[in-house]
Amino acid sequence: MSEEIKTIKVTIDNITIDVAPGTTILNAARQIGGDVTPPAMCYYSKLEGSGGKCRTCLVEVAAGSTADPRPMPKLVASCRTGVMDGMIVKNITSEKVTDARNGVVEFLLLNHPLDCPICDQAGECHLQDLGYDHGKEGTRYQFARRTFKKEDLGPYIQLHMTRCILCYRCTYVADQITNKRVHGVLDRGDHAAISTYISKAIDNDFSGNMIDVCPVGALTDKTFRFKNRVWFTKPVDAHRDCQTPGCCGKATLWLRGDEVFRVTARKDEWGEVQSFDGKPGWICNTCRFETKKTSEWTIEGLTTISRHSVIGANKYKTLEMPKETVKEVMNGVEPRLLMDIHSISGVNDPSVHLSEIDRPAKKDDFKK
Amino acid sequence: MQPLTNKAKQVSRKPMTFAERLYLPAIFKGMMITFSHIFKKKPTINYPEKQRPFSPVFRGLQILNRDEEGRENCTACGLCAVACPAEAITMEAAERQPGEEHLYKEEKYAAKYEINMLRCIFCGLCEEACPKDAIYLSETFTPADYQRKQFIYAKNDLLIPHPKENPEAYQKALGNRATKN
Repeated sequence: MSEEIKTIKVTIDNITIDVAPGTTILNAARQIGGDVTPPAMCYYSKLEGSGGKCRTCLVEVAAGSTADPRPMPKLVASCRTGVMDGMIVKNITSEKVTDARNGVVEFLLLNHPLDCPICDQAGECHLQDLGYDHGKEGTRYQFARRTFKKEDLGPYIQLHMTRCILCYRCTYVADQITNKRVHGVLDRGDHAAISTYISKAIDNDFSGNMIDVCPVGALTDKTFRFKNRVWFTKPVDAHRDCQTPGCCGKATLWLRGDEVFRVTARKDEWGEVQSFDGKPGWICNTCRFETKKTSEWTIEGLTTISRHSVIGANKYKTLEMPKETVKEVMNGVEPRLLMDIHSISGVNDPSVHLSEIDRPAKKDDFKK
Repeated sequence: MQPLTNKAKQVSRKPMTFAERLYLPAIFKGMMITFSHIFKKKPTINYPEKQRPFSPVFRGLQILNRDEEGRENCTACGLCAVACPAEAITMEAAERQPGEEHLYKEEKYAAKYEINMLRCIFCGLCEEACPKDAIYLSETFTPADYQRKQFIYAKNDLLIPHPKENPEAYQKALGNRATKN
């Protein structure tokens, strides 16, 4: 006789689903998927203890459980609230939730500099998506926004504290993935800032994963800094045989032509690092920052990009180049080029290899 | 069958009469129309000597804007390039170095900025997409040329004159529309 797995019923936005006991409302909604899933800025399923800070995942509980069907008096953070049998949750069907979420987004954007035209995260930024869905065009905030100087966290990571929303994800990465944490949140309230003690360098092998978990552009890849916009690079899935213990070796390469501009971990539909064989696919700093040649990777194919994302814009949906047929049809005569664009254009110069520069480009790096 | 429009005309298949076969009345009728145009108002102008005023919404050659201190507004955010339906705009970004603050407004700037005027359709979407007030479609044409390579406009072709070093050319480049806002 097999042991009966007990499941409990929960209704989210009129969709009923059976989930295991102990599941949070957010994870139950993620099992349904689609629009009923509340957005999450601080919760990260692969990081223990994350969540409960940003309040974007607030939902209304219309009935607590079958045993006690009273509604919960206040909106609850779905990432920290477990489901009960017979619970009825309202997310997008509740006006209160939409209104509260709009307010939360306004709070998150209070101190955000909105320097998206400069920020490398633009195009894959969760706060940008959230602001687009829930934000108002203006702000009611009249005071000066808090400002910080940009800081280097080790040789590879750039910290822009002005953009940070204090989700604490990066500190959980440092705590749980790397073996020692040298950075954290200092000060309180409006002065709270992520920093390393006395700018101590983060030299751990897995520190680069902080860039992937950061929902905004506060932590960005210094080797990719200002090289190109995310939506002009072509993401491909690739793997390599990485010797670092704990590194899964499976990554997404962001290419321009054949140049690897950036390496990130593979993301799932929630913007989190994908799991392989039940383990989160963190990648080491060697994979991320030091292997930037296509010859060092085995390319598996194009990364699937949501059709709503700007990253998929203006891209061919295949890796194979279309066959050149002019020569064949013209009995071996090569087509006459009226102009080779590289003879005039200074952009995308074949003699300049931006991926080989491990700092942001300067004026002198472009020869023409 | 029900016709789509009432413009269809039935073609007459009757053999032509003697008068029609002479063709002269028809030619004379046609020439009357031609000569009558001599006495009508000319719709054309003698272009280089005379020039028509542009419409206030005319979309001409792109210009890269500077702020009042002469710093370049463009931060190479790539929104114009992604908005461009003809994929005419390309750019390379670079980081502003200490000491270059008087040249570029933000910490990132376009080290290279090119518009391929052979591709550009002057739709104005780049102007609409720009979050930094950096690109405008001006009131001039793209001049004609014999060579294709002349149509790859780089930054030095596109940038507006410096407002402090060359105020006259700057005002001229601003055009008539600039004063309104």
